[in-house]
Amino acid sequence: MNDARRAGEPKQLEVRIDHKAFAAASGGHLDVLHDIAFTLKRGEVAAFIGPSGCGKTTMLRIIAGLDDEFKGAVWRPHSHSLAVVFQEPRLLPWRTVGQNVRLVAPDLSEEALASLLKDLELDAHVAHFPGELSLGLARRVALARALAVKPDLLLLDEPFVSLDEALAARLRMQLSRLMRSRALTTLLVSHDLEEVARLADRVFLLSQRPARITAEIPLTIPRDARSDREVVSMTAEVAKQIAELPPSLTPRGGSDE
Amino acid sequence: MIRFGSLILFFAVWWFASLFAGPQMLPGPDKVLSVIVVQARTGELFFQVGITLARVFAAFALAMIAGTALGFVMGRTKLADALGDPWLIVLLNLPALVIIVLAFIWGGLTEVAGVLAVAINKLPNTIVMVREGARALDPQLDEMAKVFALPRWKALRHVILPQLAPYIAAAARSGLSLVWKIVLVVELLGRPNGVGFEIGTAFQLFDVTRILAYALAFVVVILLIETVVVQPIERRASRWRTKAA
Repeated sequence: MNDARRAGEPKQLEVRIDHKAFAAASGGHLDVLHDIAFTLKRGEVAAFIGPSGCGKTTMLRIIAGLDDEFKGAVWRPHSHSLAVVFQEPRLLPWRTVGQNVRLVAPDLSEEALASLLKDLELDAHVAHFPGELSLGLARRVALARALAVKPDLLLLDEPFVSLDEALAARLRMQLSRLMRSRALTTLLVSHDLEEVARLADRVFLLSQRPARITAEIPLTIPRDARSDREVVSMTAEVAKQIAELPPSLTPRGGSDE
Repeated sequence: MIRFGSLILFFAVWWFASLFAGPQMLPGPDKVLSVIVVQARTGELFFQVGITLARVFAAFALAMIAGTALGFVMGRTKLADALGDPWLIVLLNLPALVIIVLAFIWGGLTEVAGVLAVAINKLPNTIVMVREGARALDPQLDEMAKVFALPRWKALRHVILPQLAPYIAAAARSGLSLVWKIVLVVELLGRPNGVGFEIGTAFQLFDVTRILAYALAFVVVILLIETVVVQPIERRASRWRTKAA
């Protein structure tokens, strides 16, 4: 029944990037993205795995509307609210944690804001300035800010990279719970296969630059129903699929890493 | 405490120097102070200082607002920078006296001409400083504001202005002292009142005591503004910086 309802849902995001190149400093062009096309339905979580420097961040920037110099089209419904968690927290250093979150979500009720901050274990830091926070905390604030706008589309650019594993695991659980309770359409870029296996419905593998989609792996067990053991076996499955790709297309262990 | 001691030393040096120079050339602090008191009693001092202060504020506000807006646009768009830069260089190198004299010739000996002349003198300096700030704006925060669809005025107030604040503050600090010095010249040349006019009259009478009395009174007023208005604003604006862990 769940699936039937989802199939009827309107698509939330349609991406077709035929070609994206940067002008290289030495002259000429640097091809970054090639023939990337996919569609996301409401509430779907797609994860992208690819080697460092393959163009994942560029792809996110195009989808977020920050870069429109590419061939192709990105379609989002009008009046679509968007939230991005960048690789860097990008908080306003001159505003407190509470003000940073409040700024992007002026209509959020006090109670909703308080409960969101509590969910992310930030309630003790509301009055702190970002300069007083550790990187892990600042990342959590960036996540809270993104969730506060109740986005129709959430873009996450390696949100938990360089955090210690215990904290990252806790945040992943919180995020997964929040995504579930809000049917958030999400696009997640990650290096962490277990993270992907826990959070995503579909996994896209990207090749080295110029990046193209080399494989799509559907994770069929519904996200909410995955046991820890299933997550482990799905992680292994994704790793196996990556290993089976021809070397030129593997998303991991690229020569530029 | 050290600042206060230094101030006492200043008055002591002044007093000693006045003993050697004689009361005609350099009257002592006591004489100057008594003239200040007399001028204050008649209300003359408050009137003249008040008028000058009003001109200072008008010219200062004009130069800061126009300079911030122009500097911001020039720092953000290449075309505006290319168009404005030659004008800026001309303005930066035009002597204050030339601007004042021309303003009075073209605009008549009017209040508007006087205030405009002062504002135009301060303008290029504000533009240069704010342009520097606008060039240094963080593109990452810009993108954040765009992604979260912050309305323009909100982005301006919360994202852009706080980044420009140190540059605007620097322009304001140097601006206040520059503007009041130029206002005095304007008053000397073409206004019938104000501290500059008083000093001009005293000059013709060779009344050094009165010159010093007015100068000192005005410096005290500016210092007061500096400590009571400018510094608290700066402290509040940089609260997030000093508390960094």
